[in-house]
Amino acid sequence: MSTSVKREAPAAVSGPMRSPTSSSAARITPQRLRALISHVLLAFLAVIFLVPFYWMFISSLKTNQTMFSNPIVWLPSVLHWENYASAINYPGFPFLKFLWNSTYYGLGVTIGTVVSCSMVGYAFARLKFPFRNALFYVTVATLMIPWVVTFIPTFILFKEVDTLLSPVGIKVLGTYLPLIVPAFGGNAFYIFLMRQFFLGLPTELSDAARADGAGEFRIFWQIMLPLVKPAIMVMAVFTFLATWHDFFGPLIYVSDNSQYPLSLGLYAFRAQRTTEWALMMAASTLATVPLIIIFFFTQRYFLEGIKLTGLKG
Amino acid sequence: MAVSAIGAKPAKRRGMNYMQRREATAGLLFVLPWLISLLVFTVYPVVASIYYSFTQYAITQAPVWIGLDNYTKMFTTDPAIRVAVFNTLYYTLLSVPIGLISSLLIAIVLNLNVKRIGIYRTLFYLPSLAPPVAGAIIFVIMFQPEGGLVNGILQFFGIKGPAWFIDPRFAKIGLIILSLWGVGAGSLIFLAGLKDIPGDLLEAASIDGANSWQRFWKITIPLLTPVILYNLIMGIIGSFQVLGAAFVIGGTTGRPQEALLMYMVHLYRTAFRYFDMGYASAMAVALFIVILGATLLIFRSTRSWVFYESEGR
Repeated sequence: MSTSVKREAPAAVSGPMRSPTSSSAARITPQRLRALISHVLLAFLAVIFLVPFYWMFISSLKTNQTMFSNPIVWLPSVLHWENYASAINYPGFPFLKFLWNSTYYGLGVTIGTVVSCSMVGYAFARLKFPFRNALFYVTVATLMIPWVVTFIPTFILFKEVDTLLSPVGIKVLGTYLPLIVPAFGGNAFYIFLMRQFFLGLPTELSDAARADGAGEFRIFWQIMLPLVKPAIMVMAVFTFLATWHDFFGPLIYVSDNSQYPLSLGLYAFRAQRTTEWALMMAASTLATVPLIIIFFFTQRYFLEGIKLTGLKG
Repeated sequence: MAVSAIGAKPAKRRGMNYMQRREATAGLLFVLPWLISLLVFTVYPVVASIYYSFTQYAITQAPVWIGLDNYTKMFTTDPAIRVAVFNTLYYTLLSVPIGLISSLLIAIVLNLNVKRIGIYRTLFYLPSLAPPVAGAIIFVIMFQPEGGLVNGILQFFGIKGPAWFIDPRFAKIGLIILSLWGVGAGSLIFLAGLKDIPGDLLEAASIDGANSWQRFWKITIPLLTPVILYNLIMGIIGSFQVLGAAFVIGGTTGRPQEALLMYMVHLYRTAFRYFDMGYASAMAVALFIVILGATLLIFRSTRSWVFYESEGR
């Protein structure tokens, strides 16, 4: 910023008095040229990145007959808004149920992750207990363990639990329990992140509260937790997004059509109704819109989170 | 010795005082869910995966120890795994470097200090919000050989486009282009790194007569190497485990003609279609070792190319 101001100054001085239409507006300075080039480049790139969204949306308003017309149609003359109603009411694919399932799954995992990771991160940062450092090193080490090497035994474990509990009438497989319960145990990456945040807080507050006789949980809940609200939001928005996107978790554990989340419902629809292109795109649009709405309200946490994952991860 | 009983040291020797005990109890309670989760959902599954990998385990019957048979099968009697490894390497070797370079280039353009940078930042991030299943279906529609958007545009320029996801020679290219749609998130990580480069350093270099090309290669890139390292490792780990898009487009058989049969697709179908948990576990362990090896190899190479401003950061 400062350099550009400095460099621009001589140009302004050397020119005559600025008049609204004088040559100073037309003069191409290196800064202006650079800004123009970058604007053109950015706009061009942005269009490329947005075209798939546009194509998704505009295809959702076409018919299966006009979907692949040649030459391509950028803006069809007739827009079939009724595709959205058809997609929502499609027999055998209860869209609203899928939407609810995705929301339920997303909220369940998000609440579990936020509760557990903030508590564990806090304990690692601010409470002294035996084997704390050893346990923390193990936690960091597990960041290296990919999902691929745990998911089969985890599935078998839940299958065993299911067999064990089915006489009591509790179902485990075919529900969201195996997907939501582990979230309440915590997630190594977010524990690490929360610990970093809690380490950055001053110790005076908790020391004062402790001297006043506040319990450890109260110190955490009423004093420390409100101070890391931005970190909580970062964790919440990314967890919700990842859960909404998740496709393999439900594919493995959820069996009944009516329990599908949107991602799995969309996949099943594509696999079974291979030529219902327009409705596929209508459903895809509807599955994406909630995330875009959430994104626009929580943008700064997304941007903050991306920086954090990049630099501290 | 006995005289200094009031001092802190003897108190510690006798054990913890009341406050310390209370803090330790709270700390242990706070991390208890994570400790359980660590044991049940990480340590046990990793150990079990390794054990299952030495067994024949058709999920309905108890596992039977067969030694290294699953591992020898990988190298001898399973032709599909060779295809899967080839496809995954092909995908990784193209999508990771191209993704890395394009996200860096976008970040550089974003960093040119133009106005309304926030809008562009948002626009480049939007593709990361689209559910992967929706993204895959959008790309199938856009890359339709006849009447698809991409070939429609190519046709406008007089080029006859390939059959993309229907032609085994081009299906992986389509998948790589799909992966590039999401480079915006990586760009934002790079952008954060670029913003961290001290302006006075670049200014000092330009006073010393370095042109922008030299400044880029001698200052920007070296200072960015930690971020490049992070994005490189994350990219490789991610693309070794590529699954969602390949699965949605090519199904469990990797249509067309196994061109999209990625390692994880093969692993998934081995476990959940053929219920050959032993062999699937061996595949998982092998992938884990490869990921670990690749990561270690990259870390060992960092001494020669990654620049840390302050050691031990």
